Amino acid sequence: MLKDLRISILAVALFTLLTGLGYPLLVTGIAELAFPRQAGGNLVVVDGRTRGSMLVGQSWSGDRWFHGRPPATGKRPYDARASGGSNLGPASPQLTADILERAAALRTGRIAGPLPVELLTASGSGLDPHVTPDGARFQIERVARARGLPRERVASLVEAQVEGRALGLLGEPRVNVLALNLALEQLR
Amino acid sequence: MSTLQIAIYVIVLIPAATCLGEHLARVYAGERTFLGPVLGCLERGLLRILGVPASEELTWKDYGRALLLFNLVCFVVVYALQRLQQLLPWNPLGFGPVAPDSAFNTAVSFATNTNWQGYGGESTLSYATQMLALTVQNFVSAATGMAVLVALTRGFARRGATTIGSFWVDLVRSVVHVLLPLSLVLAIALVARGVVQTLDGPARVELLDPQAGVDGVLITEQTIPLGPAASQVAIKQLGTNGGGFYAANSAHPLENPDPISNFLQALSILWIPAALCITFGALVRDRRQGYALLAAMLAVLVPCMLLVEVFESAGTPALIAAGAGLESDPGMTGGNLEGKEVRFGVAQSAIWVVATTAASNGSVNCMHDSLTPLGGLVPMVLMQIGEVIFGGVGSGLYGMLVFAIVTVFLCGLMVGRTPEYLGKKIGAFEMKMASLAILGPCLATLGGAAFASALDAGRVGVQDPGAHGFSEILYAFSSAGNNNGSAFGGLAADTPFYNVTLGVAMLIARYLPIVAVLALAGSLARKTAVPVGPGTLPTHTPLFVLLLLGTVLLVGALTFVPALALGPIADHLQTCSR
Repeated sequence: MLKDLRISILAVALFTLLTGLGYPLLVTGIAELAFPRQAGGNLVVVDGRTRGSMLVGQSWSGDRWFHGRPPATGKRPYDARASGGSNLGPASPQLTADILERAAALRTGRIAGPLPVELLTASGSGLDPHVTPDGARFQIERVARARGLPRERVASLVEAQVEGRALGLLGEPRVNVLALNLALEQLR
Repeated sequence: MSTLQIAIYVIVLIPAATCLGEHLARVYAGERTFLGPVLGCLERGLLRILGVPASEELTWKDYGRALLLFNLVCFVVVYALQRLQQLLPWNPLGFGPVAPDSAFNTAVSFATNTNWQGYGGESTLSYATQMLALTVQNFVSAATGMAVLVALTRGFARRGATTIGSFWVDLVRSVVHVLLPLSLVLAIALVARGVVQTLDGPARVELLDPQAGVDGVLITEQTIPLGPAASQVAIKQLGTNGGGFYAANSAHPLENPDPISNFLQALSILWIPAALCITFGALVRDRRQGYALLAAMLAVLVPCMLLVEVFESAGTPALIAAGAGLESDPGMTGGNLEGKEVRFGVAQSAIWVVATTAASNGSVNCMHDSLTPLGGLVPMVLMQIGEVIFGGVGSGLYGMLVFAIVTVFLCGLMVGRTPEYLGKKIGAFEMKMASLAILGPCLATLGGAAFASALDAGRVGVQDPGAHGFSEILYAFSSAGNNNGSAFGGLAADTPFYNVTLGVAMLIARYLPIVAVLALAGSLARKTAVPVGPGTLPTHTPLFVLLLLGTVLLVGALTFVPALALGPIADHLQTCSR
């Protein structure tokens, strides 16, 4: 019994050194040498100012920007310190009301046609950086008008940002909203 | 396209598992392996410091005592590190001590390989706690499960023996030869795809579009917590742990940035559990036995993936009423995307939902609470049938072997012969232990759910009204009561009531079967082999696979259908009638 306890304590100490300290520090070292940008969160620096992580969505308001998924992170939209989804079930009255409200807002100035489902629903992380290509195309008219840009110019910007499935097979086609909005700012 | 993605997953999994399984068999038999010279040094060094000879042999009672004491020490260390994190370095956000009930829950959760998370990683735990407490447990709790499986395998393979190997040797070998090298490679691959790995503090970002929050304060900045995530994510998947670095787990874009990282992680969830089937076959010197077990698991896995994909693609009544695009509309994604990420869509989410609950992994890349009622029924059932369809590393297969013993017993009753499995006669003692191993988790699940539903302290945590609210409670205890760790996240479970009750459920679900299985191993090892005769039921045939699946599903159905009718099935009927 005492012998087992002694080995147990020793084993926990050894594994802590090996897997709790050695392993993560080794990975950190290799990561910072080989992939410094990715290991540091894919941060985007424009004119010396950090404007975001290419992987973490931001909240966009008003007609001048392309919008991402509806917010889900509590009091502050796209709060990266509180990741998570709404966790509402499909029959939830709260979720139904949210979806109808979002649909009504998207319908403003546009009557017909189906609505992109990701603009009606919150993501799992609350930080989804993407919309579908159709979700971005859906917003071209509004953004072009608000910015006084020709529609075709904004449209070609969107098409340039479309990422396909990985290897043509995995995941879904998508558009990174921060990348798109940064490209939009460059047009001026 | 979605079905193709599921097909690719399964097609890659099978050969990957076969290769790894053969490698593992050589590791546990103590033979030479291709990384052997380097890792062998590490193994011998660790054993020397522990003072354990590589040839040590223990009886099942000594093996079990070593295992339980080691797990107890692990629990104490994880609890202490959480309570003392404010005194330790690597705490860039300055977090204080974790509350005692939450620290208890998390310590049990990680020591039992459950990784139920009552806390939010980025808002509660320092980097030191994540690495020194949680990452370490990810390794050793997984290795504990593998050790028990190897011990049971020896029980079948040995004839007239009193010992079943050494817990310390099995533990060290599992970490050094399997979990550590695989995690290292996977972690680097994940960093290359964009998973963060740094000891720096959070990144502060100037927003292009500052705006007022709900509380009226102008938000000009986004604070993005970073940290040593990739190293933890790699082992959380490989060790069927599932505890995320961030609260959103593998839905978080810094934990799972793109479809490639998603595919690698989803594959890693089932890789070792699938490989261990092959290892088992090799170690009992009849590879067909391993293939039969793997086939049984795949026969449940694939239909479940297809089902979740169908249910989630259909969307929800609320979305259809709002005029959302359907899959059939040109260019539209369609489906129920609430709680799902655009980059994964329905297909990669469906693959993950099933893989993570078939295995007792419990990491998520979409929010299970927002699945359609039937889409959420599938993961619940996969957990309730005892985490034996792949299951946890080691624990899934020893759970399946327990069901195999019950199956030969039932068949023996039908034809009036003494049942045997792999040449070992199954007697009254074996059946008692098998029943204990199966019924412990069932009791923890149903007992816990009933208890929580009956008390105000349990009901107050529910988020959604109606049947879905009961589903949230049932899911929580199905998860804790089978050491899975995923959640219907709407349930406010970080309360003293849930932290304690779920903690107890996790303890019962983990250690009752472990003790029963070790007793089984000891008893089987003592037996001599019965020669194969005309009355022997072959256990590598399609017929046996069907009988085995029938037993698993029958026990699951008899135990859980009433509870499921009150939860997801009633929820489905309510949702459709809206």
